[in-house]
Amino acid sequence: MASNGICDRVAIVGMGCTDFGELWGQSASDLLIDATTQAFSSAGVEKEQVDAYWLGTARGYSGRALSEPLKIQYKPVTRVENMCATGSEAIRNAAYAVASGAYDLVAAVGVEKIKDYGFAGLAGILPPSDGTASTMSPPATFALLVPAYAQKFGVDEAKMKEVISRIAWKNHCNGAKNPKAQYRSEVSMEKIMNSPRVAGEFGIFDCSGVSDGAAAAILCRAEDAHRYTDSPIFIKALAFSAGPGEGYASQDYDFTTFPEVVASAKDAYKQAGIVDPREEISMAEVHDCFTVTELVLMEDMGFSPRGQGWKDVLDGRFDLDGAQPINTDGGLKSFGHPIGASGLRMMYEMWLQLRGEAGERQIKAPGMGLTHNLGGAPGSCVSFISIIGT
Amino acid sequence: MSGIIRYGSYIPYFRLKKSAFGAGRGERAVASYDEDSVSMAVEAARDALRGACIPDSLIFATTSPPYAEKLNSATIAAALDLPGETRSLELGACSRMGLSGLILGLDLARSGEATLVCAADVVIGAPGGARESGSGDAAAVFLTGKNEDSIAVLKGRASATTELIDVWRLPGDQFARQWEERFGADVLSPVMMDAITRALKQAGVQASELNRVIVDSANPRVTAAVPRAMKLTPEQYSNPLQNTVGRSGTANIGLQLAFTLDSARPGDLLLLISAVDGCDVLVLEVTENIHAGRPQRTVEQWLASKSADLDYHSYLKWRGIMPFEPPRRPEPERPAAPASVRSGRWKMAFVGGRCQVCDKVNLPAQRVCVKCGAIDKMREEPYADALGRVATYTLDHLAYSLQPPVVAAVVDYEQGGRLSCELTDVKPTDVGIGTELEMTFRRLYTGQGIHNYFWKARPKR
Repeated sequence: MASNGICDRVAIVGMGCTDFGELWGQSASDLLIDATTQAFSSAGVEKEQVDAYWLGTARGYSGRALSEPLKIQYKPVTRVENMCATGSEAIRNAAYAVASGAYDLVAAVGVEKIKDYGFAGLAGILPPSDGTASTMSPPATFALLVPAYAQKFGVDEAKMKEVISRIAWKNHCNGAKNPKAQYRSEVSMEKIMNSPRVAGEFGIFDCSGVSDGAAAAILCRAEDAHRYTDSPIFIKALAFSAGPGEGYASQDYDFTTFPEVVASAKDAYKQAGIVDPREEISMAEVHDCFTVTELVLMEDMGFSPRGQGWKDVLDGRFDLDGAQPINTDGGLKSFGHPIGASGLRMMYEMWLQLRGEAGERQIKAPGMGLTHNLGGAPGSCVSFISIIGT
Repeated sequence: MSGIIRYGSYIPYFRLKKSAFGAGRGERAVASYDEDSVSMAVEAARDALRGACIPDSLIFATTSPPYAEKLNSATIAAALDLPGETRSLELGACSRMGLSGLILGLDLARSGEATLVCAADVVIGAPGGARESGSGDAAAVFLTGKNEDSIAVLKGRASATTELIDVWRLPGDQFARQWEERFGADVLSPVMMDAITRALKQAGVQASELNRVIVDSANPRVTAAVPRAMKLTPEQYSNPLQNTVGRSGTANIGLQLAFTLDSARPGDLLLLISAVDGCDVLVLEVTENIHAGRPQRTVEQWLASKSADLDYHSYLKWRGIMPFEPPRRPEPERPAAPASVRSGRWKMAFVGGRCQVCDKVNLPAQRVCVKCGAIDKMREEPYADALGRVATYTLDHLAYSLQPPVVAAVVDYEQGGRLSCELTDVKPTDVGIGTELEMTFRRLYTGQGIHNYFWKARPKR
């Protein structure tokens, strides 16, 4: 019984990603057509060559959400959903399908059309219930991390606000260099720190963008990769963790960590043979749904020692020109967060960076990259981690 | 014979200063946005049932039923975790039903049925009117039973029914209307005096012997006429709750009775009069049991625990009198009827579970223990009276609420277990990690015509 991984057995040979944002003029179908068309063209394949599809979307239903707009000719299309980690789940399942030999060439596609709902933020679609579950909004559930972290590690309130604001500032700086990002301008620390409150210590600038968008990837077995491209990227690890919800049941959970992230990171590092992630991971796209999330993730994934992440944030370790750049494309904060597309968008940045195609935000000679995608809330969530290399 | 064996009262946390809407001095009690007559009745009843016998019957009297059709008293019974065999009745349509219910409860007790008599009202008056400024929201509950257990025994009673238009409200109307008060007073006063005479005669008590006369009527002129007609001294009839709580519909007479019992001495003779569309009169004598039978919280304590800076604007919004800009968030989903029945004792009575293998508390009870994974080894454990503390909290400006920001907290209980829930009756500035909390039954919201009742935590009152 083990998580054996599929290190270096699957390659990504083509990717596409739409602009993210408030795309009033485009439907989910439009976005899916645009993202897959880009991906097919990137891999140099025709739609007919793809044997099977995985569609990640929180709001679309069934494989028909993809097969009908693309007019897929009677191929398998699987719709997957795993909260905000939905897009990563599409990649994971597609990768296993080619690794198994069941198919030769597959596509993982993610999409969300959120802005048609007409209200601020995200809202889950839940089955009928007894009405007793907590009704906290997503920012409120993550805002619990701020005072908990500050108290445990002796960071005073003002310093803590500076730390989380700096994460937003950095991700906006990165997003400003990304032509596909929802928010493409730098924002001053002062503006971030004084933005209207949403929940707890969070102002509006501590929250990720709410956006429409789609992204897609074409995958095949590693040995076939060079048929499609000279510079494929290879999957080193795919890890996933869903928890029992112990944080909301146990008094010893202190809201300064995500046990699900720790578990998925451990599994991913084992699959990829990584011993010291702080040194061996040269860049990461992580789930910065709220600023403090990124801080806690740095520690849960071993990029910073426990309780020291806030110092690394202030020291610029995670800046674009830092020792370990995080969210080089702007992250959820600035690129935006169309739920089902986000995991694929993270992979798209790996695709660009590892192939040297990231333009203004290209980092020098990246080695291994990591994507991390989270769904749920502190106390009960799902966590995905991939490690990607050349 | 029969009597009252236990009682409980409830006054909501919020008070509206009458000066906030230009109606002079004093305050009225205001049910919070998440309260109604049912949830307030539950609050008062919890105190009445503490250490008492399990009632055979439940009576609920209100003129503000949360559901016009559907047994509201069933919600009360479920929140109190009463047995399924409980008989339950509902009285309404007239604020006199508070006292009528108590007399009926005493009658049922005489035939051997311990009866929980709940009266609660959220009284809404049209803005600017006397009913708005003179009314209040509250609950009072009495458990009736056998004579020997009573803290106050029935000495005499009388009733009358009168057909007239004095105070009335059509189904669907928000505000009651009143005929010229002088007319109602002229018709009701003689009816009332006759009933008083009959009840006192039955009890063998003279007016001068009464230690306390509690008068209630929807018509202020009727109330005002009693002291002179009965030649009472101010000590016998003064009502200090009028300017702190207001006339609380069906609960008004009971709240005053609870207030009286809080400081009554054995042998005290009490006269209760409620004159609305006729009259009910009850004569009670306080017994030696009074010292042991008092509730955990007195009316005085409820009065002292308050927030008196509620603004008129919020009040109008809470009562649905004034429309308001809704939050730009999806409206809450109605609770599903089958799921609500399945979660029964958790949702309604706040009964959790403790794993019999590893002793871990699971809130709500789980089939698989979150700690040890044992399957179907959970023992139910009541949590309604559990005390807890704020483990961590946040202010949620985005969540759908009539009183933003929502104070959302993770609550750790003294007897073990943790729950993420909303705090209520709270000022955001008064919350901190470690704040002591107790649980309260509330109407979280109404979604697509279904009230969603569940429990919230509040700072200890």
